[in-house]
Amino acid sequence: MLYKKPQIQYYPYIVQRDDYKCVRCLGCVEQCSYDATFYDEELDVIWNKHEACVGCKRCEAMCPTDAIKIVPNPSRPYEHGSWKWDLVMDAYLQANTGSIIITGIGNDKPYRVYFDHLLIDACQVTNPSIDPLREPMELRTFLGRKGQRIELDETVDGNLALKTRLAPQLQLETPIMFSAMSYGSINLNFQESMARAAVQLGTYWNTGEGGLHKRLYPYAGSGIVQVASGRFGVSRDYLKAAAAVEIKIGQGAKPGIGGHLPGEKVNADIAETRMIPRGSDAISPAPHHDIYSIEDLRQLIYAIKEATRYEKPVFVKIAAVHNIAAIASGVARAGADVIVLDGFRGGTGAAPKVVRDHVGIPVEVAIAVVDKRLRDEGMRNEVSIVATGGIRSSADVIKAIALGADAIYIATAAMLAIGCTLCQTCNTGRCAWGITTNDPRLARRQNPEIATEQLANLVKGWSHEMKEMLGAMGINSIESLKGNRLRLRTIGLSEKESEILGVLPAGM
Amino acid sequence: MQKVVIVEDFCIACYNCEVACVATHSRSEEPIKAYKRENLRGRSNALVEVNGPIAFSAMCRHCKHPWCLDTCISGAIQRLDNGIVYLDEERCVGCWGCVLGCPYGVAHPNLKGEEKHAFKCDLCIDRLEAGLKPACVEACPNKALIYDETMEETEGAYNR
Repeated sequence: MLYKKPQIQYYPYIVQRDDYKCVRCLGCVEQCSYDATFYDEELDVIWNKHEACVGCKRCEAMCPTDAIKIVPNPSRPYEHGSWKWDLVMDAYLQANTGSIIITGIGNDKPYRVYFDHLLIDACQVTNPSIDPLREPMELRTFLGRKGQRIELDETVDGNLALKTRLAPQLQLETPIMFSAMSYGSINLNFQESMARAAVQLGTYWNTGEGGLHKRLYPYAGSGIVQVASGRFGVSRDYLKAAAAVEIKIGQGAKPGIGGHLPGEKVNADIAETRMIPRGSDAISPAPHHDIYSIEDLRQLIYAIKEATRYEKPVFVKIAAVHNIAAIASGVARAGADVIVLDGFRGGTGAAPKVVRDHVGIPVEVAIAVVDKRLRDEGMRNEVSIVATGGIRSSADVIKAIALGADAIYIATAAMLAIGCTLCQTCNTGRCAWGITTNDPRLARRQNPEIATEQLANLVKGWSHEMKEMLGAMGINSIESLKGNRLRLRTIGLSEKESEILGVLPAGM
Repeated sequence: MQKVVIVEDFCIACYNCEVACVATHSRSEEPIKAYKRENLRGRSNALVEVNGPIAFSAMCRHCKHPWCLDTCISGAIQRLDNGIVYLDEERCVGCWGCVLGCPYGVAHPNLKGEEKHAFKCDLCIDRLEAGLKPACVEACPNKALIYDETMEETEGAYNR
């Protein structure tokens, strides 16, 4: 049939090919995992099916003669102030399918990014700034319960010894960790790269809810293992191997929504790691079916603490939603050592588009209100705060820490480091960059040797920048910046927004 | 060891090695001119083989005992002192003996050009002399082709 329905004919991207520059090496044909490029032997021409292109730019990146450019289709649906072209396309699509639109990556709607409305302080004249290249600058961070006070004892030889038994702590050489991405949603090459980079950097990586593959046990000492509502891969060895255990209550990209890894993606390896039958759907229910109250959460936290002999901090990850301060206070009282706040710009391997784009609140606000609430209640020292979901640069890290976070998790930024182009088709399992796929043909596109180096480089670069910013503020340790909102000013925000963030407006 | 190690696990079939090979063995050393003006399409010494998820770039293994050399009737193929198995295209008479003899299928007949000679990988002998790596190795974006002279030669496949 020559007629094409609107959502196909008004395709969003055009593959522009400079036919003179094209040497017909056929690299692009092989690289495209969406069947948008094919070779016509009879005419000796490479054709593109524009309607199949998702705009991942893989062919553009791999073309040896720079013959390809992926450009937005100028003829995609007309839009006005209210009806944006993607909303029009979604309406067309749903009129044909009658189903939920699933998508990947994070919220792409132009909500206000509070990080971009915060300015960082610097020293002038009255207090000296510090040059981090000449003087020591500390980014080392400890995560875990700090307690109210410590008691010291005098030993026989007159030295002082610690009498109080400290709660377990994680030692991070830089307050940047790799966030939870499960084996299944991403492939093992990428997960191994994160693990290797974390070991190299002296920080931590997170297994996500998909279990810990046997190949990654050597890196588990720098790993945080997740216990989510599906309980995939949770075993004695799993809890024993890790540095910390994270209970996942919610995810910023899809608060209140569970997960679903379709059965066709559950191959033998994933099945073994997740401890489920091969080919069966891996469904993470929306709630934990044994957690319906703070008391229930406390039971699970202490069950895990008992199982790990109180040697490992227990994280609780919650999505940033309305009334987050009260929720976080409850989580802290339930006995969590670390609270992870996941903002609504956080990423996902697959989520209903409507939930991804409209549910939750920004992480900046969540950090500010949770930090304030815990301070007011005199229990900020009882729990560390890790912020995630929308951290895009070292400046965001500094701002998050100044607002009250102890450390941050990165995931989307980590994917960008290894080639992700934010095409938002993670859910299809056909990622041409070999990140969110387990297709053996595509997964090999991530060589752990290269990816490890790229990930480590990103974190090293950010860490250097953070040291520069700390030096400019005259601070020689990240500890002194934690919750130090006086080093921030807001710009272009209302009085109420500044008040919620607990930051003075610029000029004050 | 003077050869390019092919890491099958990480070949992504991007064909950049082929283009780099053609370009570096052209007069212009520029891919578009090499393909379009010098008509060197199909003259790559590296050949990307793809079958389902498996891919690798096949090229001369520079064998210790080259079968192509055994079959050569004109003395065009020689094994140089540094171990490189070199085919002198000027001296080649186009008997295709090497094409038949090579167990890896990496000696190719030049069927398109006017001169009927065979061609095969010369390990970018000019680049090596200039202290560079072979062009295909430099072009490989995923470290699926590795050149390291200090690497020991093994009988088995390359292990990470």
